[in-house]
Amino acid sequence: MISAENLFKSFEENEVIKGISLEFKKGQTNLIIGRSGSGKTVLLKLLVGLFQPNSGKVLYDNVDIYTLSKKEMRTIRMKVGMLFQASALFDSMTVEQNIRFPLDMFTNMTAKEKSNRVDYCLERVNMPQTNRKYPSEISGGMQKRVGIARAIVLEPEYLFCDEPNSGLDPKTALVIDELIQDITYENNITTIINTHDMNSVMEIGDNIVLLHEGKVAWRGGKTDVLQSDNQILIDFMFSSPFLKRLRAAALENPHE
Amino acid sequence: MLFSRFLFHFGRFWIMMGTAFSKPEKWIMYYRETTRQMIDIGVGSLIIVGLISIFIGAVTAVQFLYQLDGTLVPRYYIGYIVRDSTIIELAPTITCLVLAGKVGSNLAAEIGGMRQKEHIDAMEIMGVNTAAYLITPKVVAAIIVIPMLVAIAAFISVIGGYLSSVPTGMLSEAEYVQGIRSFFVKHNINLMFIKATVFAFILTSVSCYQGYYVKSGSIELGKASTNAVVFSDILILLADYLIAVLFT
Repeated sequence: MISAENLFKSFEENEVIKGISLEFKKGQTNLIIGRSGSGKTVLLKLLVGLFQPNSGKVLYDNVDIYTLSKKEMRTIRMKVGMLFQASALFDSMTVEQNIRFPLDMFTNMTAKEKSNRVDYCLERVNMPQTNRKYPSEISGGMQKRVGIARAIVLEPEYLFCDEPNSGLDPKTALVIDELIQDITYENNITTIINTHDMNSVMEIGDNIVLLHEGKVAWRGGKTDVLQSDNQILIDFMFSSPFLKRLRAAALENPHE
Repeated sequence: MLFSRFLFHFGRFWIMMGTAFSKPEKWIMYYRETTRQMIDIGVGSLIIVGLISIFIGAVTAVQFLYQLDGTLVPRYYIGYIVRDSTIIELAPTITCLVLAGKVGSNLAAEIGGMRQKEHIDAMEIMGVNTAAYLITPKVVAAIIVIPMLVAIAAFISVIGGYLSSVPTGMLSEAEYVQGIRSFFVKHNINLMFIKATVFAFILTSVSCYQGYYVKSGSIELGKASTNAVVFSDILILLADYLIAVLFT
């Protein structure tokens, strides 16, 4: 479980996160949603330890990560996997080398064991036989899947995904969503996804947090979204006339 | 304002270097990266270093032949001047100024690109000490190979001086060789290696610093690359002066 307690973060005069307290449970896909500039990327970076908060705590299973020494933090980091918006695969390395990098750096596995683990991760993301390709030789969706494979190679307890669907077509986006959800349930890990993809919200949002101007504006599950009368959520989720009609129709016929 | 900015960068640079020279997570990974960088910096720069060196020697010989023409200075002094000016000053300084342009801008762009494409964040989240993994192998590799490149540059320069003066009939082979073998001071070789080592540290660490703290955007990346070359060059020349004052 990951929790944030009264987090504040500002950049010079600009206060981006204004006293956020949250809890993200294990075995759930936790979604942070919000408009551009609402502070969701900053919040994710605070949760993952890339930014230092001005005040407040981030607790990984009741351990405040900002009070840890560098060595202790490194131990925590090995339990964290992250999928980046642009995948962040190392261009000069092949797919296999990318996934093997954390194993090379932090484990004493034999070459055979590493190779088996890489093959398993690639199969898990439905990308077998791509070991020798370079990131530039595969599509954006495939890069995301390799990013997921790299994120899970050390069997993390906490998985962070920053905009996993950005730049992907709806069908590929769905595949990525399902993959993240399956991995979360299979391994019983704490997954936090930062997204503004409405399909993701409705498909995999076990626990959804809506940010608005650096504060939590709404919380709930995917089944609560349609019923909610929170105006900020409605404005965000059903912004176009088409989506408004769709919501109205869904509310009229809830069983269809 | 300018002074506070200088203090800010000075402090951040040394904090970064302190982090960079902490204990590696896994020696073998650093060893591999260092050897890769040695090949990139060393072998990758051989042709350009060879080319500039041959001209440095050639121009030095021709210029001094012109300057000393009609004076009482013996003509064999040309070989001696080419050798010493190359070893003491031209080989380490010119080579490292050129390498600041070639290697320095490349390092700043490489690390800056990694910062912008979130590769550094990805490594940080894995638990990698990114300052150490990305900077130390480059600095160590440069400190090993750049003195070798400078030694090669000095040797080629002397050949360049020979080629521009002897086959053209400006100087006899005997005169040139006599000059080369005259008044040799071992300390000058030490001076050359001291300079090469210090300059190698400056050009790699300053370039890595510029890349490591780059902001987002292609303009910033270009700026970082330019700053890497400009600041490396200025600091190399400053260090050149200080070494000259301290060791000669």
